[in-house]
Amino acid sequence: MALEVSLDVLDGTALIELMGDLDASSAFRLKEMVELAATREPKRLVLVLKELRYMASAGLRVLIFAKQKLGKDVELILVGAQESVLQTLQLTGIHQSVTLLDELPESLALERRRVPA
Amino acid sequence: MMSPQRIDNQPQRTHGSFRLRAGRPLPFGATLVPGGVNFSVFSRRATAATLVLFEKGSAEPLAEIPFPREFRIGDVFAMTVYDLDIERIEYGYRMDGPFDPASGQRFDPRMVLMDPYAKAISGRNVWGEPPDWNRPFQYRSCLVPEDFDWEDDRPLEIPLEDSIIYETHVRGFTRHPSSGVRHPGTFAGLMEKLPYLRELGVNCIELMPIFEFDEFDNSRTHPGTGERLLNCWGYNTVGFFAPKAGYAATGRFGMQVDELKTLVKELHRQGIEVILDVVYNHTAEGNEHGPTISYRGLDNSTYYMLTPEGYYFNFSGVGNTVNCNDPVVRDMVLDSLRYWVSEFHIDGFRFDLAAILGRDPSGRPLSNPPLLEALAFDPILGKCKLIAEAWDAGGLYQVGSFPAYGRWAEWNGKYRDTLRKFLRSDSGQLGELSQCLQGSPNLYGWNGRGPTASINFITCHDGFTLHDLVSYDHKHNEANGEDNRDGSDDNLSWNSGAEGDTDDPHIQALRLRRMKSAVALLMVSQGVPMLLAGDEVGRSQAGNNNNYCNDNELSWFDWSLVESRSGLLRFVKNCIAFRKQHPVLRSARHPRNSDFLGLGSSDISWHGTRAWFADWSPESRLLAFMLDGRYARDGQMPDDSLYVVMNGHWEPLTVELPAPPAGGSWHVFANTGADAPDDSYEPGTEPRLPEQRELLVGARSVVILVSR
Repeated sequence: MALEVSLDVLDGTALIELMGDLDASSAFRLKEMVELAATREPKRLVLVLKELRYMASAGLRVLIFAKQKLGKDVELILVGAQESVLQTLQLTGIHQSVTLLDELPESLALERRRVPA
Repeated sequence: MMSPQRIDNQPQRTHGSFRLRAGRPLPFGATLVPGGVNFSVFSRRATAATLVLFEKGSAEPLAEIPFPREFRIGDVFAMTVYDLDIERIEYGYRMDGPFDPASGQRFDPRMVLMDPYAKAISGRNVWGEPPDWNRPFQYRSCLVPEDFDWEDDRPLEIPLEDSIIYETHVRGFTRHPSSGVRHPGTFAGLMEKLPYLRELGVNCIELMPIFEFDEFDNSRTHPGTGERLLNCWGYNTVGFFAPKAGYAATGRFGMQVDELKTLVKELHRQGIEVILDVVYNHTAEGNEHGPTISYRGLDNSTYYMLTPEGYYFNFSGVGNTVNCNDPVVRDMVLDSLRYWVSEFHIDGFRFDLAAILGRDPSGRPLSNPPLLEALAFDPILGKCKLIAEAWDAGGLYQVGSFPAYGRWAEWNGKYRDTLRKFLRSDSGQLGELSQCLQGSPNLYGWNGRGPTASINFITCHDGFTLHDLVSYDHKHNEANGEDNRDGSDDNLSWNSGAEGDTDDPHIQALRLRRMKSAVALLMVSQGVPMLLAGDEVGRSQAGNNNNYCNDNELSWFDWSLVESRSGLLRFVKNCIAFRKQHPVLRSARHPRNSDFLGLGSSDISWHGTRAWFADWSPESRLLAFMLDGRYARDGQMPDDSLYVVMNGHWEPLTVELPAPPAGGSWHVFANTGADAPDDSYEPGTEPRLPEQRELLVGARSVVILVSR
């Protein structure tokens, strides 16, 4: 399944939603989105992974890239990672430098609804 | 003012859709540079080279880019290729040149060769999954970003005298169904067992080979089941820079580098160092009948020692011998070790058949081997541990004479042999034994090397486990499919009265006592103790002393033993804790056997059944020694005094005790002749010995007293 990526930037939060498969052929799109988000100097980057079915090493690399691109002070939050994705994050140690959440924080969810599409 | 645009990283020419530039010859390998990848490969005798690029996983190349003549500097082909997606690329080289085995050249441009500097290798991504043998290019070189987040981790630099080494095997440690880990047989699985290691008390694990190797290089089958036997030890390196993908749960994603780094980082957090068992003496390419993977096709006569007729010298016993003292190969070994220290934060190395590293290109032992010297004085390896297996299969035996340059420690094979002889009650061992207990000054004192030159062990992966050492007179290697002809016949073992399994409770008790005595002596010896994983719970290999090819229950750590042998485990834990608590056992210098601080007694003293009178005669099998705690660390870290009685006799003996040198009274830490729980105590809880002047020491038992 192809990858779908969307970006919202709200009040210092950059929110990227991913759907489908994040593999070597699609990871560059996430990377571009991260670069775009970085230009808005967010305080935190939230990746919503609920609909992401698969993440290959290329995708994991983009997470590492994002962490380094945004700098230490920008929190990287991964929301709703599926078990297989979560395991890979843990085995490779990436979970140590990100925050893992099951659900989108309520404050962010509310803010998103307020902003017209 | 605008700064001028840099042009030093712009492409100069194209090949099809690829944009290229003359590369930088150093470093060798594939290096990420701005906008591209720099490929650099050495060959002294190739006439031409081609970079072969593959889309990950595809059988046919994506592109073949010949190195233009101008891209060669000296003997190095170097080229930068721009706009490569490093996640999607695998690569290799074709080398053209003479095929003339008699002169040592085996070039074959039809073959795609693995980069000897490949940082990750695909082709054996999942352990034991048979590869497609028809594929011409089995091992693909992959690119690895160096972006791991180490946070504040660095090598631990634990002083060698404080090290307690635990030799284990990444796969065998957690592959058994009883391990209960989520990812059996992997780096991640090992990580789940860190609480066990921490509780055991070791502060260093030595991993049997984890460089990429081919488990399928063994063609034998199990004589009973007919199943193919895999080479699970891995002493047949494919690439010296790449961790074994099949040891990583994430190997199928090509994430083995990150998984291993995560393990090292976590081990360091728990205060445990990582030593790698490295095999630079030979490669997986074997002799002239072996596969051509990399070195043979890149520059055969540089990488291998060859006879004048062009055949392979076999000092390793397994087909070929790496030409370690060729300056190019020497650099490769150095580069590899530096890479493991700087990129993986590895704390030290144990060199398989290290005597080979001291031979010249024709096989002669060198008196001042440049490679060993270079390793000893290398700035990046400056603080890491260097341990030699100081012999090779060509008959060079250098225990005690390995060129050490003040740095190298050795697997002390003589310690192993002496302890084994004493433990089976051989006569005439006490003189040698007393040397072993002092860190073998007879081997190392003559050139100023201290006890840390000696890595003390009684068992290791190669040979019997501790349980089997006290349960078998003879090896039982039938499962290896070689009619029991493989493996050493000289094991210095004793079965305690029956060969193998027995229901006889007396024999079982004797075996348990002898195992405890072995561990107790290992932990009170000066030098660096090394414990074989599983010995702390009496793991058996059913008498197999060469278990390199049994990727099955014969070699896996059976975790149910942690329950069923909890008594032995408790004893071992106590002995390790005791060693850690007593600096007098961990001296950086050999005992002087003299009263050099003027305290009225010497740092170490020797005793027999009569205090102050050791009986050194050949038929004597009892020896005791006292360590005066006031001498610990040259008097800098005053400690309790210790008294150790070793009775190798088959009868109990009454032993007269000296008074503790600094006053106080003797307390019993361990008595292998007693049943649990009186066989050992947690350090600090030792009960006072009711009778202070004499002690009955059981047959084949060790007693350790501590003064307080």
